[in-house]
Amino acid sequence: MASPSATADVVAPRSSSSDNYLTHDKGVLSWIFTLDHKRIGVMYLCSVLFAFALGGLFALLVRTELLSPGHTIMDHDTYNQMFTLHGAIMVFLVIIPGIPAALGNIIMPLQLGAKDVAFPRMNLASYHLWIVGALFMLSSLAINAVDTGWTFYTPYSTTTSTAVVPAAFGAFILGFSSIFTGLNFIVTMHKMRPPGMTWFRLPLFCWALYSTALIQVLATPVIGITLLMMIIERTVHIGIFDPTLGGDPVLFQHFFWFYSHPAVYIMIVPAFGVIGEIIPVFSRKRIFGYKFIAISSLAIAFLGFLVWGHHMFVSGQSVLAGTIFSAITFLIAIPTAIKVFNWITTMYKGVIHLDTPMLYALAFLWVFTIGGLTGVFLAVMSVDVHLHDTYFVVAHFHYVMMGGAITAFMGGLHYWWPKFTGKMYPEKAGRIGATLVFLGLNVTFFPQFILGSRGMPRRYYNYLPEFQPLHVLSTLGAYTLGIGFLLTAFYLWKSLKNGKTAAANPWGGATLEWQCSSPPPYYNFHKAPVVSAGPYDGYENLMYDEAIGGYIPRKSSSST
Amino acid sequence: MSESTSQSATTAAQKGGHGAPAPAHGGHDAHGAHGGHGGPHLAHHFDTYQQQFDAGKLGIWLFLLTEVLFFSGLFCAYTVYRGMHPEVFVYAHYFLNTTMGAINTCVLLISSLTAAWSVRNAQLAQRKLLVLNIVITIACACTFMVVKFFEYEHKFHDGLLPGPAFHPTEQVWELESFKHKHPEAAEYAEKLTKAAEEKDKAKAAPVAVAVAAGSAVAPETGVFEKPTEEQIEPLIKAGVIGPMAEDPTRPSKPRNAHVFFGIYFFMTGLHGIHVLGGIGVFIWLLLRANKGEFGPKYFGPIDYAALYWHLVDLIWIYLFPLLYLIH
Amino acid sequence: MTASISTLASAASALFGAEPTLPKLPDSPYFWMPPSASVTTGNTDALWDFMVWMSLFFTVAIAYAMFRFCTKYRAKSRAANEIAEKTSEHNTMLELTWSIIPLFIVVPLFVGGFKGFVDLRTPPKGAMEIRATGQKWKWLFTYPGLGTPDDALHVPVNTPVRMVINSVDVLHSLYIPSFRTKMDAVPGRYTDLWFKATQVGEFPIFCAEYCGTSHSDMITRVVVHAPGEYEKWLAGTIAAADSLVGVDRGKMLYEKQGCATCHSTDGTPKVGPSWKGAFGKMEAMTAGPPIKVDENYLRESMMDPQAHIVAGFAPAMPTYQGKLSDKDIDGLIEFIKSLK
Repeated sequence: MASPSATADVVAPRSSSSDNYLTHDKGVLSWIFTLDHKRIGVMYLCSVLFAFALGGLFALLVRTELLSPGHTIMDHDTYNQMFTLHGAIMVFLVIIPGIPAALGNIIMPLQLGAKDVAFPRMNLASYHLWIVGALFMLSSLAINAVDTGWTFYTPYSTTTSTAVVPAAFGAFILGFSSIFTGLNFIVTMHKMRPPGMTWFRLPLFCWALYSTALIQVLATPVIGITLLMMIIERTVHIGIFDPTLGGDPVLFQHFFWFYSHPAVYIMIVPAFGVIGEIIPVFSRKRIFGYKFIAISSLAIAFLGFLVWGHHMFVSGQSVLAGTIFSAITFLIAIPTAIKVFNWITTMYKGVIHLDTPMLYALAFLWVFTIGGLTGVFLAVMSVDVHLHDTYFVVAHFHYVMMGGAITAFMGGLHYWWPKFTGKMYPEKAGRIGATLVFLGLNVTFFPQFILGSRGMPRRYYNYLPEFQPLHVLSTLGAYTLGIGFLLTAFYLWKSLKNGKTAAANPWGGATLEWQCSSPPPYYNFHKAPVVSAGPYDGYENLMYDEAIGGYIPRKSSSST
Repeated sequence: MSESTSQSATTAAQKGGHGAPAPAHGGHDAHGAHGGHGGPHLAHHFDTYQQQFDAGKLGIWLFLLTEVLFFSGLFCAYTVYRGMHPEVFVYAHYFLNTTMGAINTCVLLISSLTAAWSVRNAQLAQRKLLVLNIVITIACACTFMVVKFFEYEHKFHDGLLPGPAFHPTEQVWELESFKHKHPEAAEYAEKLTKAAEEKDKAKAAPVAVAVAAGSAVAPETGVFEKPTEEQIEPLIKAGVIGPMAEDPTRPSKPRNAHVFFGIYFFMTGLHGIHVLGGIGVFIWLLLRANKGEFGPKYFGPIDYAALYWHLVDLIWIYLFPLLYLIH
Repeated sequence: MTASISTLASAASALFGAEPTLPKLPDSPYFWMPPSASVTTGNTDALWDFMVWMSLFFTVAIAYAMFRFCTKYRAKSRAANEIAEKTSEHNTMLELTWSIIPLFIVVPLFVGGFKGFVDLRTPPKGAMEIRATGQKWKWLFTYPGLGTPDDALHVPVNTPVRMVINSVDVLHSLYIPSFRTKMDAVPGRYTDLWFKATQVGEFPIFCAEYCGTSHSDMITRVVVHAPGEYEKWLAGTIAAADSLVGVDRGKMLYEKQGCATCHSTDGTPKVGPSWKGAFGKMEAMTAGPPIKVDENYLRESMMDPQAHIVAGFAPAMPTYQGKLSDKDIDGLIEFIKSLK
């Protein structure tokens, strides 16, 4: 079998003190106005992690308030603002940009052996728009934080006295940030693949980003116009959603979910891509069912547009509409489940290395299985009537978003950390962090399934005292989760200074990003490598060199 | 030949002088000497002009797709409302000036022609003609905005504003457009109004005139005979009288008539913002075209801007009949 | 949100003294679900049980496979450079199996859910009708013959009941977990749900669509009466409501009409000013000169609450125009006067 790249520049691993994209240009302005996708990705990473910390802080405050029914540390209104901001920040500032903008920006062009994305200036604009959108959203915090829930349902959102307009406008701007990223990725993958890289030799991470980008481009404009309509309704009272002016409040829900359901696939499909990269590399084996996994991402993206009404079974929507939405929702479940089976089968008879990225990937498989299965509960129309707007839903989406998307994000962060920082994180600390995060998220969210099925509604400040023990357990889990993330942040930060120097290919990956140095030079590759094999082929042609702490081609090794 | 602005941040990256340029497809040789490693206006991350152009083309089509989806939300709201309240739309369209709308339609069509032509000019490096066509495009776009301004001004003046600011100064049957189309109905509405006013003066409590849908109007004054189809049908369709009217005692307007104007200003306003954006882009391209930047190897920006402009035009082609030409 | 947490905490405890009285969560024979107290629970509970076992099976199977592979195939170290055995990238048998089995699970779930949903949304003919109105922040139930609405839902056992639901302001949602049913209250529309209670007792009712500050204080209860008891309750309530005048009437309305959610009687300001000692005071308003809290001001506050608002409070009160008769208003005024 041919080595991964027949004529690629096999770059000998250099120390990170030599010129690379981080050191090439100096000064703050060289970062703010950079056109280098790697720098843009790093800026996104820092911003997204900061927003994650902020949203996480709000979550901890929410959970602390819920330690006892009624007042614990804050009043009704503050609590309502807190859960709203937690949701809005996490959805719009963290998870939707998350993997594509932070990891995808850095890694995807490298995986294509390209010098950059198709439109570097648009990429920078996308980041600047994120900042502007974030500022608008945070301005709402400063004025009178929005308290509508991240879903902005009318007529509450058009009549409440909190600062809805800045928050909604911030989300509107963030939409454009997302569209630009998606547009860029689609064109890059169509027009900038290297010689020999057919579509079915694309890494699964790229397939995932491509499917996600399609959703970003097609769905995000709809939330844009919806938020604009809501803002205009609130300021000018044109009467689209307000029943006293002849409008229909349920129409808002249709518009909102038309985007927001595909949006959850924007959140999870990139996570699938990351898992699809980690599992073969850490099992030293080709992925099982590559074509299926690739195409199923597209299928999920497409079907995701047809199921928005499953958020509205009890809204007064017609039975017929609900039935169609329920049926198609079940359709999506099947390819998703099969992906999980494919990933596990990849591990069969593999050679499994349980480093931190793999631990996160395994955590993902468990947590996403639970999250996905509980989605099936909610797709059943009659059962959803009982479960809608209860903690069951909260637990379901936290399992898939927190447990799915964030776990995969953590896995990808650790997997590619050596590549874009040039440093290794401390493995022991990584494993402890992963364990704490895994434990934390299960202890936080599993009790919430029980709360929900027993009838505890969501967005509740006050609650029946009988629900308290489960809430306390959930809060303890949340603190554990927080500690896990704090630990992770700490050792990652420390590794930037004190970490071991990373080799070009510490994990033995066969995709092209491992062909350049860690960190990569500012130009990525002198020349696009010619690709003659699949992205998960040829692990047997790599061997580990302990001296450099990374893999090198077997042929050029002179040691035993 | 001046440096294209797109090269600015990337020239710094090329100081290393690395890499041989890949053979240029699309027919014309690269000028290595002018800053870019592959040629002027060839970004460093593309290998050939053709690749750069193809990427840009796919990019602009995707962007246009997002624009279509963006507007689709409004078209959807329009459809839902018109389905639920057709009388509001019939009522309101009389207030729109169809002539001005038609002028705007022609103006945009002409500008689309000159925009398309300018692409050809760029491809053939016909600098003077290119500049002229862009100028005409911009002029037409500005004309569109001026006409729009006057239309909006009239609406403000006539109290035709969205939401609670909706206080029309004229009754619909007093409008020229209504009188022209339905003279009998206009006259009939006048008569009914006068009768209602007289009754108000005569009695303290208003009496509900029996104005049921499609049935004979039988005011208690007993002055009028049974009205004809021509007299009442346009009024019922427009929600002036009948079950959808606000005021059961006399001709008025349909409930929530302001919703139309909310949708009208939102859709035409959003469209207008896109026209303004287009003007800005074309001015920038005008400056670049004047410097002679575009030629057979590099005409992408003109092509993409023209495509955008065609979409802006197309959206207007849908807006015009949907708002102005309602039956 | 600029105050520190501790300041917030002390301010909050001053704002919200007594919590509204809450129903008790009934004991349930099930681990996951509340008691099954209506005929409408059967389908939901059966499908739920099926899904729990199915999920358990898959979760355990997947976890086992992962655990087994990780232990059996674990690498010794990277330096050992073990090469994985070549296995096929396809296995038609396996792939067909794991595509078809989920199909066999998913189709019955869909069909079952559909059937159950249609049932939940099809009230039987001749069902007894009770009106439920959602408002910020109380549910009000209207019974035939009873002039004023009640704040709890009373129904007879073993009788189909159809709730006709609407909202006067924002979205709410009527949720009765023990009946496994829920329906949004949409302003400008009527929606409905139905049930047939099978157990006597009290079961909680929650608002399940976020509606603002006191969304979680809209908790009330459904009281299922034994045969014959419902009629007794209704008659008694009607008689009491009709006979009650003055302060007693005002006190009843205070509890039943939702005033208690926002106005306390012990001096603690809540969403609205406390009624204790309010009558006769000169109060500063949010705009304009101070106003004396007399009969006229109280009446105006009930009919047109946005006209003059006491300084320091938000314009959150709904109007009671059309909901309170003159007798009701007089009673409330007397009640407020009595709270010195």
